[in-house]
Amino acid sequence: MSQAQETISIHLRSLQFRREREKDWKLLQELIERVEKSGAKSLDDDELIALPLLYRTTLSSLSMARAISLDLDLVQYLESLTTRAYFFVYGTRSSFMQRISGFFADDWPRAVRKLGVETLVSFFAVFLAAICAYVLVTNDPEWFSAFMAADLSDGRNPEASVEFLREGLYSGSLRDGLSSFATFLFTHNSRIAILAFALGFAFGLPTLFLLVTNGFMLGSFIAVYVPKGLGFEMGGWLFIHGSTELFAIILAGAAGFHIGWKIAFPENLSRLQAATEAGRTAATVVIGVVIMLFIAGLIEGFGRQLIKDDLIRYVIAISMLALWLAYFYLPRKTGNQK
Amino acid sequence: MNRQTENLHLQRELLTPEGIPLHLQLAGAGERAAAFLIDAFIIVLVLIILSLASFFASLSTTPEIMEVVWLLGFFVLRNFYFSFFEIGARAATPGKRLLGLRVTARNGGRLRANAVIARNAMRELEIFLPLSFLFASGASGVDGWLILLGLIWSGLFLFFPMFNRDRLRIGDFIAGTWVIQIPKIKLQTDMSDHNVSGVGFDFNSKQLSAYGIHELQVLEKVLRLKKPEAIASVAERIRTKIKWIKQKKENDLDFLNAYYSGLRKTLESKLLFGVRRKDKYHKV
Repeated sequence: MSQAQETISIHLRSLQFRREREKDWKLLQELIERVEKSGAKSLDDDELIALPLLYRTTLSSLSMARAISLDLDLVQYLESLTTRAYFFVYGTRSSFMQRISGFFADDWPRAVRKLGVETLVSFFAVFLAAICAYVLVTNDPEWFSAFMAADLSDGRNPEASVEFLREGLYSGSLRDGLSSFATFLFTHNSRIAILAFALGFAFGLPTLFLLVTNGFMLGSFIAVYVPKGLGFEMGGWLFIHGSTELFAIILAGAAGFHIGWKIAFPENLSRLQAATEAGRTAATVVIGVVIMLFIAGLIEGFGRQLIKDDLIRYVIAISMLALWLAYFYLPRKTGNQK
Repeated sequence: MNRQTENLHLQRELLTPEGIPLHLQLAGAGERAAAFLIDAFIIVLVLIILSLASFFASLSTTPEIMEVVWLLGFFVLRNFYFSFFEIGARAATPGKRLLGLRVTARNGGRLRANAVIARNAMRELEIFLPLSFLFASGASGVDGWLILLGLIWSGLFLFFPMFNRDRLRIGDFIAGTWVIQIPKIKLQTDMSDHNVSGVGFDFNSKQLSAYGIHELQVLEKVLRLKKPEAIASVAERIRTKIKWIKQKKENDLDFLNAYYSGLRKTLESKLLFGVRRKDKYHKV
């Protein structure tokens, strides 16, 4: 090593700066690599305490390096290392279970309560469409095929005999593959629900269309049974799971309307902020909706096959509805809100 | 290495609570698409394995079990695969991890679970709605024009990221998130930390003020890449510029290393006095 080179090296402050701190950076890099590979559990207590401190040291090194060092590689290295550490230090720390329980205790009912007006709108969209379809089909059965896809009705149309319809209400599903049919219904309904939410982005109009179509199907279906004197029995058959399922679909529609409304009329937020806020609330509602649909699917798949008594079906339908209403809307002490 | 200079229009600043800004690099449309394709491939692979497993588990199986596996499996995977991985500490699906991407909140704060769910529920609109229009064209009885219109309309959602400067999907837009790329850079040796054997180099102050920071960092890259022809030509150009006469037994690499150290020392000491000389045209 020449004399000249030796003096240059020693007098380069940035090099000296690097030599003094490099050990900390390497340590942080090692910890972050471990966390990224196998999660925070791979750190022991000491390392877990050391990591935020190392992050702050490295961040201040970065700030220093930007001011005094012209070594591009060094600055880029520190930038990438601190960014990786930042997302660990300020990232999510609550456990998966904490998040799940927080969701049920707080997030979900609160989000549903925020959507009060939208829920009413959504309810009336389905309700009015159902009444329309009912009136039309009872006056002229030809309307039935306009509202109902043939493969969904399974022969349960206005021409069907009373015996055929009555049997359908108590013999379980008309299809052979019962579990595949139940699964189909659950995934189909959930997909409709998520779509109703997602379509809210186009100002809620496709959501409205989706809800009205579902209302039409409901109304025309009821119109097949009531004129034949099977209204009461059909109500039990439909609402044992339908009170949960319809409620879920109405909430999904409300989530879509919420987004559409906030994007169209952001009030004093920017459109982007309004969409973001609405999106988070609505998404919370929708993930709850999928859970509700899953419960509805269980009731439909098992409860309805085992319980053949109309009154008990009604009791279950009404108590499920009461349960959901109480869960969502009863005032309560909320825990630690953010 | 020079990613920062390449994609300045995709660079965003994040102010840490400590008051020091970090520069985030947004992921480009190509990387996002590639990550999605990897994830889609994994989902299909898992479905195939699942159905094979359910087939062998009960050889007397009816087609019904297959149907349940596909319906339920596809539903669960398509709705929860993305959310499950992005809620985790790494905030990235396997596809994103492979490409060094992660999801973060646009405001730099904590990425909340409902934001992740919101951005992924929107995939139903962005991916699966166009797909269902595409497959609908096979079914008879629906007007072809209507399907085409639907395809175009839903395609608008799919290509949304191309039309905004932050490369936001509709899901990102709704959830207040974006996807960034954090390159994993290894710390290399400092180029002024080299051993130079034999010849001493003694530059005068005029020679050391011929260039600015930009040229210094270009020189740094040349030294790191160590391509002989680049080294030779750069050494030649610097010698001409600073009027350095090549000595006997003088090695190009040694010359450049010595000049790099000298120049950096000069520029860094100016930096200490608050003078940041951007490039050789910058007069101070």
